[in-house]
Amino acid sequence: MSTTVTRPERALSRRNLAATVVGGYVPLILTTAVVFLPLLWMILSSMKMPNEIVTTDLAVLPAQFSLENYSAAADKVPFGQFFLNSTIVTVTGAAIKVVLALLTAYALVFVRFPFKRLIFVLILVALMVPPQVSILPNYILITGMGGRNTLWGIILPGLGTAFGTFLLRQHFLSLPASLLEAAEIDGAGHWRRLWRIVAPVSVPSIATVALVTIVSEWNEYIWPLIIVDDPRYMTLPVGLTLLRNSEGDAAWGILMAGAVMVIVPVLIIFAALQRYIVAGLTQGSVTG
Amino acid sequence: MSRVHTEPLPPPADPSGSLSRGTAKRDNLKNSAGSKRRFSPRARREGLVFLALVLPNLALIGVFTYLPLLNNLYYSTLNWTLGSSNATVIGLGNYVTFFTSGDAPRVLGTTAVFTLITVGGSMVLGLLIALALNQRIRGTTFARSAVFAPYVLSGVGVGLVWLFIFDPVYGVLAWFLRGFGATSPQWINDPDLALTMVIIVYVWKNLGYCAVVYLAGLQSLPKDIMEASQLDGAGAVRAFWSVKLPLISPTTFFLLITCLLSSLQAFDLIRIMTPLGSGTSTLVYEAYLQAFGAFNRAGYSAAISVILFTILLVATVLQLRFVERKVHYS
Repeated sequence: MSTTVTRPERALSRRNLAATVVGGYVPLILTTAVVFLPLLWMILSSMKMPNEIVTTDLAVLPAQFSLENYSAAADKVPFGQFFLNSTIVTVTGAAIKVVLALLTAYALVFVRFPFKRLIFVLILVALMVPPQVSILPNYILITGMGGRNTLWGIILPGLGTAFGTFLLRQHFLSLPASLLEAAEIDGAGHWRRLWRIVAPVSVPSIATVALVTIVSEWNEYIWPLIIVDDPRYMTLPVGLTLLRNSEGDAAWGILMAGAVMVIVPVLIIFAALQRYIVAGLTQGSVTG
Repeated sequence: MSRVHTEPLPPPADPSGSLSRGTAKRDNLKNSAGSKRRFSPRARREGLVFLALVLPNLALIGVFTYLPLLNNLYYSTLNWTLGSSNATVIGLGNYVTFFTSGDAPRVLGTTAVFTLITVGGSMVLGLLIALALNQRIRGTTFARSAVFAPYVLSGVGVGLVWLFIFDPVYGVLAWFLRGFGATSPQWINDPDLALTMVIIVYVWKNLGYCAVVYLAGLQSLPKDIMEASQLDGAGAVRAFWSVKLPLISPTTFFLLITCLLSSLQAFDLIRIMTPLGSGTSTLVYEAYLQAFGAFNRAGYSAAISVILFTILLVATVLQLRFVERKVHYS
């Protein structure tokens, strides 16, 4: 009896194997290659010598791995300064945004107030206002405040956080009421309840908000591009624009070195913590 | 105060007794405490705590998100050069200029082509990849992360990498084309090809988002329905068109709106790949070029931003309608 069952299964599994390879692995490998090959090409090209790039006879690997493009880029523009500025803007901006999101979400869920619903809707609707639309008025406003060509001028207009507030509020609403009741009986105030109880049990959600915020601050382009034109205050994406403008087409090696500087840090963070980032960025689809 | 007299308390019989009036007042305070609970010291403290926690964020959102919307409306009625202190109110003049000059068909046309192809391309390819990922084979978890990765990378960095690939002389694409005896087209100088190039890169960067959202939709399909369709003898293709696709239609609609919104806001790739915007001037890019490019036409730029915002608002309202209907659906 067992032979009659296993025989067709084995025949089937051989056909399955071919089907799995053609229908399963080929599309997977193809997709992964389409994603990774351009990025691999970027890294390899950034380590080639100029004569290996300005040629119609392409080789995949550089003759020898050289960091010359990186030092050449740093000679043309203040690359170290760009990297530092990007880091300062990202760390400061993201830290403030995460704290603001935590405070707002905590208040919206755990503190009694008559117009909570209205305030939540005000914050939620802001999520749907695209920053591109407010570029010109904010430029006038920040310039008037003396924020042109400053780091705080880059950071300030983006600090209000609707995304983080929304995501943390969703999470706080799912926390059991008993958790907070015990603390209330113990006489702990809101400040202590937030930092001693709510925050520690919400670390994954806070990490999600933090990571998504860090990545978007790092990549932010249109606002810093407009509010800064002094290289001393440029972030990496704006600095790369300057590099492209000043270099023309022959300097691909230098431009690839610049692209590596802006892409690889995010790629490393993503590789290590992609679970949180993917969950945060696709949040709306799960709830909606 | 007149409520005091309606309450079944003995009225102050002694008009001259200040002491008894005082007790009446105190009684009154005690009795109405129930209806005035929100003004109790404790509630007041809660209210202050709430405001202290919420106001910084709310003020920032108000000043840098809501106020600009109003300012934009006002600026759009001005004939105003950026950096100049003179501005004259011209009412709807900027809008009239936009729709009667050649700008409207050019910009709206480019926006429509860019948006339709990027949304359609990302969604169709995203769905195909999601189907490939939705199999019980090894490596799908890795492939899922890999395909999502470009979505989180800097548009400026990605744009530079692809500009190099598209370079008509030194690019990898040109090298491949030479292998087939063809010459590379001038991707950047030809407006139509420039738009094609930006669309290809945009789809490359964003299809991972569609793939991951579609995959989540496919994985949430009820197992018994899929098994039932298998028992009915439906093949993989039939099962896809007749069962899976209708069942994930909420996901499709969600993606349609979110992808539409983000395509309409695309800026980074267009700015770094085609700085002059020849062939690639969508509403967002035209608004940027008019104010911060060569012309400094602030009022005109604001008018284009208002038109863009109106389109985005319509799309968002559609999405909200859908979310409400979704509740009834499930």
